[in-house]
Amino acid sequence: MNPPLPDGIATIDYTTVIPAGAHWSLRLRRGTVLRLCDLHGDANVGMLLYNPECLLERYNAPDTLKAQHTFRIGRDHCLYSDMGRIFASVIQDDAGWHDTVCGNARAGDVEAAFGNRDYQRDRNAWRQNGHDAFLVELAKYGMGTADLAANLNWFSRVQPDAEGALALAPRTAVPATPPSVTLRLEMDTLVILHTCPHPLAPAGVYPRGAVEIAIGRAEPLAADDPCRDHCPENRRGFDNNALYHLSAGEPPAFAICSSEYASTATATPS
Amino acid sequence: MIIGSNRIPDEAHRRDTVRAGDPYAIRVRAGEVLRIVDLHGNQAADTLFYSAGNNRERYSAVDTVRAQANVYLTAGSTLMSTAGRPMLDIVADTCGRHDTLGGACSTESNTVRYALDKRCMHACRDSWMLAIANHPELGLTRRDITHNINFFMNVPVTPDGGLTFEDGISAPGKYVELSARMDVIALISNCPQLNNPCNGYDPTPIEVLVWA
Repeated sequence: MNPPLPDGIATIDYTTVIPAGAHWSLRLRRGTVLRLCDLHGDANVGMLLYNPECLLERYNAPDTLKAQHTFRIGRDHCLYSDMGRIFASVIQDDAGWHDTVCGNARAGDVEAAFGNRDYQRDRNAWRQNGHDAFLVELAKYGMGTADLAANLNWFSRVQPDAEGALALAPRTAVPATPPSVTLRLEMDTLVILHTCPHPLAPAGVYPRGAVEIAIGRAEPLAADDPCRDHCPENRRGFDNNALYHLSAGEPPAFAICSSEYASTATATPS
Repeated sequence: MIIGSNRIPDEAHRRDTVRAGDPYAIRVRAGEVLRIVDLHGNQAADTLFYSAGNNRERYSAVDTVRAQANVYLTAGSTLMSTAGRPMLDIVADTCGRHDTLGGACSTESNTVRYALDKRCMHACRDSWMLAIANHPELGLTRRDITHNINFFMNVPVTPDGGLTFEDGISAPGKYVELSARMDVIALISNCPQLNNPCNGYDPTPIEVLVWA
């Protein structure tokens, strides 16, 4: 029997497994959930997000970090676009810390760390790099290098020391329960992802852990949603989403224009 | 790392004052040195760099951070491009630390960070939009307006994963100097942000100098 679904997930309607060194994309509607599961404890999932209605609107790591005063991404955080809206909320997270400042490895980086990418020798086990993986998926939507942005690296914990020096936390033994992270889509979103190694992954054997991807329906937004209530900034981000959906003729799930808006609307501009 | 410079301002071949709220673009050739001066202290100079030969190649915060495995920029840092090539080296810095995680303000992010009714207040990304609209010769589009450097801005990260905006560690007259490794266009927005205590709610001018 399957374990009970985590809070916030109404159904899981589809699951698949993506091998390491691969890439994939899918347009996900508002109200869906996307769950990633690091099956063998050594995966890295690179991810970029775009608005399918206007691909110029895209995931913005700086706006995401500064809105929530965080360097790490984890549970209750929201993933912001560069237009002040929220693509997705992190409603479940076993890992607790995901990177969004290190970008991707390129072909030369992967060759130096793990050996070259060679289809002739390796076929489906070729050593793909995150940079090229993104470019392949982006090209399918008419995008290219100019459309790359600082991406998410799910399951990779990159910790700063007091001087700002960064280190990727080592991956230990295969966890008894594979860690997962679940996103709830707050607006229609084109999700581009790859399963290539993190750019700071230690040299050695190319990580081969596969990633399970599950897609389903989210529970309706509760009045006291922990992502929306995580900080006043996220409440305003949700307000911006509500306005976006209102302008498309969709009734908002909650009253837009919080009391904060009413109280500041008459304030003298500083 | 605090490293001063012996370059003499009167010997610079360009010397411009950029008022707060103004965008500014300048070409810096390989081997030339660009200095940005925080004239009154605690200002943020939001800066993007593009390869002058191919503006699809531009400054990449993530490649820069990864290459040096450190989030802060200072003397000794090399700014990397989206093609993984060195663009400029920071050769002098009297401030000690510059941010490249916090990005530039926009009217949209102002609504999130400050209040929904701040949406019509000034922002760096609007300054850049005006610059690229008025200067088609730059060949830049919205897609090229991305993840920048905030010279003179102090955005400390903590070992437990926090990120804060602190009062600037900059002060009047502090400067940063960069030596170009390729021909570049620097696109600066001298930040007009009126909601951030970091600049004392009072954006001030910067000076830009270039030596051959």
